[in-house]
Amino acid sequence: METILSIRGVAKTYKSGTVALQPTDLDIGKGEIFALLGPNGAGKTTLISIVCGIVTPSAGTITAAGFDTVRDYRETRTRIGLVPQELLTDAFETVMATVTFSRRLFGRHGDAAFIEKLLRDLTLWDKRDAKMTELSGGMKRRVMIAKALSHEPDILFLDEPTAGVDVELRRDMWRLVHDLRERGVTIILTTHYIEEAEEMADRVGVIAKGRLILVDEKAALMRKLGKKTLTLTLSEPLAEVPSALSHWPLTLTDEGHALTFAFDANAEDNGVRALLRAADEAGIAWKDIATKQSSLEDIFVGLVHEQEGRA
Amino acid sequence: MTFNWHGVLAIYRFELARFGRTIWTSLMTPVITTSLYFVVFGTAIGSRMNEVGGVPYGAFIVPGLMMLTMLTESIFNASFGIFMPKWSGTIYELLSAPVSTLETLVGYVGAAASKSCIVALVIFATAHLFVDVQVAHPFWALCYLLLVAVTFCLFGFILGLWAKGFEQLQVIPLLVVTPLTFLGGAFYSIDMLPGIWRTISLFNPIVYLISGFRWTFFGVGDVPVAASLGATFGFLCICVTVIAVIFRTGWRLKK
Ligand SMILES: Nc1ncnc2c1ncn2[C@@H]1O[C@H](COP(=O)(O)OP(=O)(O)OP(=O)(O)O)[C@@H](O)[C@H]1O
Ligand SMILES: [Mg+2]
Repeated sequence: METILSIRGVAKTYKSGTVALQPTDLDIGKGEIFALLGPNGAGKTTLISIVCGIVTPSAGTITAAGFDTVRDYRETRTRIGLVPQELLTDAFETVMATVTFSRRLFGRHGDAAFIEKLLRDLTLWDKRDAKMTELSGGMKRRVMIAKALSHEPDILFLDEPTAGVDVELRRDMWRLVHDLRERGVTIILTTHYIEEAEEMADRVGVIAKGRLILVDEKAALMRKLGKKTLTLTLSEPLAEVPSALSHWPLTLTDEGHALTFAFDANAEDNGVRALLRAADEAGIAWKDIATKQSSLEDIFVGLVHEQEGRA
Repeated sequence: MTFNWHGVLAIYRFELARFGRTIWTSLMTPVITTSLYFVVFGTAIGSRMNEVGGVPYGAFIVPGLMMLTMLTESIFNASFGIFMPKWSGTIYELLSAPVSTLETLVGYVGAAASKSCIVALVIFATAHLFVDVQVAHPFWALCYLLLVAVTFCLFGFILGLWAKGFEQLQVIPLLVVTPLTFLGGAFYSIDMLPGIWRTISLFNPIVYLISGFRWTFFGVGDVPVAASLGATFGFLCICVTVIAVIFRTGWRLKK
């Protein structure tokens, strides 16, 4: 795969002393959809902002389409579009004016036909003369996307595109991402949600505490992340795991009131049915059952430990 | 792309559109203030003052009045222009755009300076309703107007970059520039001051600006016109240098 974006040793320590990003290497292939997955404060926005020129890195270099983002910033910036995490708009500008402004700012002449198409694609055409203050949050987000796409970038950054967005707009967003990919646009998005990374991305990078812990094909990663736990709430508390179930990887929790079982949700046979049958045969009475996706935080903690163990 | 003209024009138009939204207050304020100054200074006081250096008092204060408003307008418009995106966060777009320092400056400072010049001309027109004032060197008057507008818009731009809040944005114009302008001979010739105050006044940079502008009107000033030009260009150079350093280091712009 041809590399369109290459990040080498990029690190950031803010003036406050916060180490937001450890030295990071990352290559993004042309035309791929890459999801940067991580909890709050992981350093996702920091990394994106450095690539786009909003934050100055403490170390490292970046090339986009073969150009250095500092030395040849004109070349790289005309090729990059950014939809920031927050809704930042000029309150009194109209949709049309603000999108046209963005296109020109990036060195393009104001192509009315192109802007009309863009606004129609994002179902903003009817709102073209509305001021930003008159729009709902979801519409504002669409405007932010229109602004980012106004200069026809090859690389698009979407910083949490679906935060605070309803189901319909979320689906629109996913469709848009796929449409853009069809046109050859490379997309890098950030998200807190495993499902979102799963739905949209080709490859996923997991970042936590400023460290890019792993980068992998989506399918491979989902296997690693797909751990779930099953909890059986017991009618009568037990003192220990009954011997009939001793060959199952079970733990007794909640002072003997619950049995928990960790399993691989993606496995062909995850063992849940067999376990329940065995529990019945052993005469264990339970009154409730619950399964839960291991939280992103749990997984990160697990991954970090794994990495540190290996190092 | 060697020079991003589209980008510069986009910024310029954006800023002018911002002024356009408040066109009535923008233009009526100087008209009303100028009229008030003429009622107070021109008529009430002026009737007891005859001439200053051979120029009727009413006409004498016109360049000073224009300068007074120009300086405040330039600083205010330029500082607000860059402060607002910084404050609201929309600056992300400018920082991520293929726009150089020079282009950003031309856009923002150009627009603010244009507005200042328009306001100055409106004041001149208003003054004409009250007094008969002739301009000895119209061409130089326009050049000087432009020079001062650009210089103080640059200064305002620096203020806008420096300010962390609305209070800081106002403190310099209010506490430094306005007093210096009033004391800088906007309404009198510093020749009219007693010796020691006259010497002190010579340390006030605004004296040079007003004197230079007055020279383009009446052919005479408090200080030699070369000194005025020198002082203005000196200040211009300082502002340009400061801005170049700011952009190179990303100070208060980038994190
Ligand atoms: N301007 C700043 N000054 C100082 N520290 C900052 C600044 N911006 C971010 N940080 C810190 O850097 C770290 C990474 O922040 P960043 O915004 O990159 O996280 P994120 O992964 O985007 O999180 P979220 O999912 O909440 O958006 C955090 O600890 C944050 O507090
Ligand atoms: Mg973020």
